[in-house]
Amino acid sequence: MNFSFLLVAALTLAGALAAMALRNLVHCVLALVVGFVGLAAIYLQLGAQFVGLAQIFVYAGAVAILAAFVILLTQGVEHRTRPAAAMDWAVGALLACGVFAVLAWAVVRGVAHLPIAAPPSNAGVHAIGDAMLHRFVLPLEVAGLLLTVALIGAVLLAMRDGEAGA
Amino acid sequence: MNPLTGYLLLAALLFSIGLAGVLTRRSAILMLVGMELMLNAANLNLIAFWRYGPNPAAMTGVLFALFSIGVAAAEAAVGLGLLVAVARRVRTTDVDQMDAMRG
Amino acid sequence: MSLFILHLLTSIHALAASTIGHTLLMVVPVMVVFPALFAVTTLLERKGLGRIQNRYGPNRAGPWGLLQPMADGIKALTKEDVVPEAADRLVHFCAPVLMVLSAFLVYAVVPVSRTWVVAPLRAGVLFFFAAGSLMEIAVFMAGWSSRSQYSLLGAMRALAQMISYEIPLVLSAMVAVMAAGSLSMVEIVRRQAGYTGIWPHWFVLTPWGLFGFALFLIAATAESNRCPFDLPEGESEIIAGYYIEYSGFKFALFFLAEYLGMFAISALGITLFLGGWSAPFSFLAWVPTWIWFFAKLLALIAGFIWIRGTLPRLRMDQLMRFAWEFLLPMTLCNVFVAGAWKFLPAGVLRWLGCALVLLGAYWLLGRRLEQRGGLPQRNYRFAE
Repeated sequence: MNFSFLLVAALTLAGALAAMALRNLVHCVLALVVGFVGLAAIYLQLGAQFVGLAQIFVYAGAVAILAAFVILLTQGVEHRTRPAAAMDWAVGALLACGVFAVLAWAVVRGVAHLPIAAPPSNAGVHAIGDAMLHRFVLPLEVAGLLLTVALIGAVLLAMRDGEAGA
Repeated sequence: MNPLTGYLLLAALLFSIGLAGVLTRRSAILMLVGMELMLNAANLNLIAFWRYGPNPAAMTGVLFALFSIGVAAAEAAVGLGLLVAVARRVRTTDVDQMDAMRG
Repeated sequence: MSLFILHLLTSIHALAASTIGHTLLMVVPVMVVFPALFAVTTLLERKGLGRIQNRYGPNRAGPWGLLQPMADGIKALTKEDVVPEAADRLVHFCAPVLMVLSAFLVYAVVPVSRTWVVAPLRAGVLFFFAAGSLMEIAVFMAGWSSRSQYSLLGAMRALAQMISYEIPLVLSAMVAVMAAGSLSMVEIVRRQAGYTGIWPHWFVLTPWGLFGFALFLIAATAESNRCPFDLPEGESEIIAGYYIEYSGFKFALFFLAEYLGMFAISALGITLFLGGWSAPFSFLAWVPTWIWFFAKLLALIAGFIWIRGTLPRLRMDQLMRFAWEFLLPMTLCNVFVAGAWKFLPAGVLRWLGCALVLLGAYWLLGRRLEQRGGLPQRNYRFAE
């Protein structure tokens, strides 16, 4: 529990909180990027270099930009930003607090029994590639298939009705 | 204190924030963002357990997190595509107003 | 700030054990040399374009206009900093900062010479693209926060273009990664640093390397918003694109970031295909390695300037069609050939066979584009 972890964790939490609380949707997405980059930094601290960089590449580079695009595409429709919440605000927050309390209790109780920290391990890109193409080759193929299907599906969904045959 | 606790607590907090967002915000885009946050919290758990788990050489946690990132990307693409299609019909991304079965 | 972050990066994890002094020794030159190169390049570009267009170019400030970059710098520094009334002030301020920051971050993994690399990360190529994707966020922030139609249009164009061309860019870079069997840029250069007779082992001397390099250069031109892919800032259409509402020093920062991005992507091309810092012939290996790196960099920059002076700007639909219908299948085909190359027996036949497959794919794709009417006529609704 060192200082740099606390710093990055605070940054991540601030980004996530702002992403969920701000009024302006674009501000939310930008705050979300801060949260994602903070998480990537935590992955780097944990020694998972590849995952951390993939996190920035996929989330900050693709998902956030995509969300921003969709906001700009759809926001021309609704000009009013109403502060009221879908559910009662307090009920939602209370539920989330309850979930956090249960999770925190489980974490603190459960981790106490675990042996403390293995030595730093090596997450070399070679080891990841090796595991991906041997032990995890089936999940890899399924993920590839899923991404292809998602690509085609997204294109079809976003296409205007008249254009489908063109 | 076991360093694992810090990471797991952070993940739990992130998950709760995402959950609160999904429950209280009415914009469908923000609900998707909240779901992404929850997925990210799960990823953080996976990486933390890989790093402090009994067998880090197996790389299971890292690969699970990588696949999860891929799945989240697919989910975001389809979800946001759906939103664009819906917004074109009902002229809103407010989930409270998407209450008609026929467009 | 960038310096601080570069330093943080080098100290984070899994890096060569280096003291702070050693790190500074590597970071400071990067922070000095590349901005200096930016100043030189702006002058060279304006001079070169002047030559191509039958005019003199800048020739007033100092002998032969050599002090023009200084004059530009002083002008940018002393200009009034105008922020639009309706702008989102915080985001408007953060955009150029993030832009320059991410442009500098990229240099952390570029091996400039045999010993000069700030952060020899094991996933260096991935780091390069990840830091580059932060630039897209900065572009969006700049375009959106200005509250101007021109800047928003420019940002949307820039994002659509950068995302579309990122795919062929990554795929064309992938062949070098496959051949070297490593994502580390240091390792990729080391794999190309040997010689057969006097000839180097550069990847560009193989068929897939040659095609990969050409495809990479095209995608890189688009990725750095250079002519003929400079739609995001097409002066005659949307004036300056996403940074139209910036003035003074912030504008200069965008300008700097754009050129730094161009240098960085050229450096990546050099690293992946042109052997990085290695000499072109074995008998020239005594020349210091960083000289070769910068010689190649300057050659590529000259190429970019030449292209800018020669080709007209594309149209948006042409741009997108080119990326998705030509570049993407071509890069995929190239990845396939690079994979086959690894398993075929070495020799002249392998070289010719792979080259034939690629040329065939090029011919077929080109014919398909031609047969479908080349590029479709477009009906303009507002301007005829």
